[in-house]
Amino acid sequence: MSKYIIKRILIAIPVLIGITIIDYAIMCLAGSPLEMLQGPRISEAAVEAKKIALGLDQPFYIQYLVWMEQLLHGNMGFSMKSFQPVSQMILDHLGPTLLLMGASMITGLVIAIPAGIYSAVHQYSKGDYAVVTASFLGSSVPGFFLSLLLVYIFTVKLNLLPSSGMVTLGTDGGALDVAKHMVMPTLVLAFSMAGTNIRYIRSAVLEILQQDYLRTARAKGIGHFLVINKHALRNALIPIVTVIGMQIPMLFGGQVIIEQIYSWPGLGLMTMSAINSRDYPVIMGVCLLSAVVVLVANLVTDILYALVDPTIQLK
Amino acid sequence: MNKSRNKNTIDITNESYLQTVFRRFRRHRLAMFSLVVLLVLGGAALLAPIIAPYDPEALAGPFAAPPSAEFLLGTDQIGRDVLSRLLYGMRISLLVGIMATLISTVIGVVLGLIAGYFGGIADMLIMRFTDMVMSFPYILLVLVAASIFEPGLWSIILILGFVDWPGIARLVRGNVLTLRETNFVKGNIVAGMPLRHILFSEILPNTTAPILVYATSVLALSMLDEAALSFLGLGIQPPDASLGNMLNGAQSLTVLTKQPWLWVPPGLMIVVLVIAINFVGDALRDALDPNSSHRR
Repeated sequence: MSKYIIKRILIAIPVLIGITIIDYAIMCLAGSPLEMLQGPRISEAAVEAKKIALGLDQPFYIQYLVWMEQLLHGNMGFSMKSFQPVSQMILDHLGPTLLLMGASMITGLVIAIPAGIYSAVHQYSKGDYAVVTASFLGSSVPGFFLSLLLVYIFTVKLNLLPSSGMVTLGTDGGALDVAKHMVMPTLVLAFSMAGTNIRYIRSAVLEILQQDYLRTARAKGIGHFLVINKHALRNALIPIVTVIGMQIPMLFGGQVIIEQIYSWPGLGLMTMSAINSRDYPVIMGVCLLSAVVVLVANLVTDILYALVDPTIQLK
Repeated sequence: MNKSRNKNTIDITNESYLQTVFRRFRRHRLAMFSLVVLLVLGGAALLAPIIAPYDPEALAGPFAAPPSAEFLLGTDQIGRDVLSRLLYGMRISLLVGIMATLISTVIGVVLGLIAGYFGGIADMLIMRFTDMVMSFPYILLVLVAASIFEPGLWSIILILGFVDWPGIARLVRGNVLTLRETNFVKGNIVAGMPLRHILFSEILPNTTAPILVYATSVLALSMLDEAALSFLGLGIQPPDASLGNMLNGAQSLTVLTKQPWLWVPPGLMIVVLVIAINFVGDALRDALDPNSSHRR
């Protein structure tokens, strides 16, 4: 087991390095962050001096190596816009993002698992068709459109929920206030996640229902409830674990747009503003973090696999 | 049981493969309905220059007029006809989706064939590269790329085309690995058939069905992504209309609250198109699957 984990980590390292190189190359094609500085009041010479000070006059591979060397010393660089350390900025924005991610993931699973199981157990019934159709709707509605609809209904028409930020301005928040701000972004993310998950879980459970050991369980006469909830559900855990693993990178990306719409002060909002101002070190930091998250999520999924299903041998 | 066995014999004796597929596809009523919807909407998009009541970029009427007999879906803030823009927007959104899907399918198929057939170092390199692209949070990559390249129709097509391929590459590689071990492919190798023939005339046709199914989901996804990017202002640029950038205006509170005819129709149109594509893809998966005949 530990051998397997070490091997997986060793494979992940070159992938990670590759990602940072691609990242850096794309960004250097982008144009310089100094374009934002240029204007009638800043002289050509001042821009040039700034360029040298930031190391932007070097070719891209030197810049990359410098960045890499700093990274190995635990320094992710400084934002070119706010001059804050990137690691500090990421830490500041991580909390709200994790909060939103966790809440929407749990909500999504709470909807998807029972719905998926119900739909598999009652295959081809009216309820099954309704659930499957609803799940298609969930994965086909663009998050931003759903967000707009929710804001229209709950903020504009009913005036029930706040539409932006994490706490009401001018107050110091409190759990209830934060919870109220979270409802809409969480629902939007959970809805689209549940859409995909329901179909995965449904087909996973369907497959398990055809297994011989379930026929045995039924033949024992232990009753429908125990057959489904003990024998089938436990074995359906494996595909469910995979689904959760796959969802993390998707969530990470989906957050960006939703955070932007609801002005949720998380990583997504920070990333969007960094992208708009071409703040290289910040973008690099976020890309690195997200790549690490994705690779770790994949690894953990594979390990959980083995824990949930003792018949899987890791080599 | 007996009945289904009868059906199976009919499958083998009287029907061609395509007939079987179509018969199975037709059982999915929702998918048939979706196909009709897609054909109608696609036709409308194709014929937009003929059937659109106004020029989509012309200032045809009063500012922000609600729907009326003259302007069926009203006009936008600067007096352009919303219905005409909707038709043209659909045209652009479908074009982006289809082109991006084509590009990513071609890249994915070629890389998957090479990796699966040759194995060894080529396989290792291609699959690690695939891992890299897949480990990128998809939207982040698209956003970074979109903010870098001059936004516009072709850059959005290329960006989406170049990030959507890893799934197809993996799928094709997996199928090729199994097909390579089959007797008919081995027979071809022994007979000394040219590589091009083996890859494209023997292996590829046997993996088209899953590729086709996967491509429908890529089409749906890339249309959603185009909409999201254009909504954020990083995709199709005005004055060109796309379903996504028509929603862009709804970020302002006046449009959101007072002028729903500006943002509800394009949003609903995206939902209808994407859900119809998904339903068709799902029915195709069932219809093309050789093992699905025992189901109802």
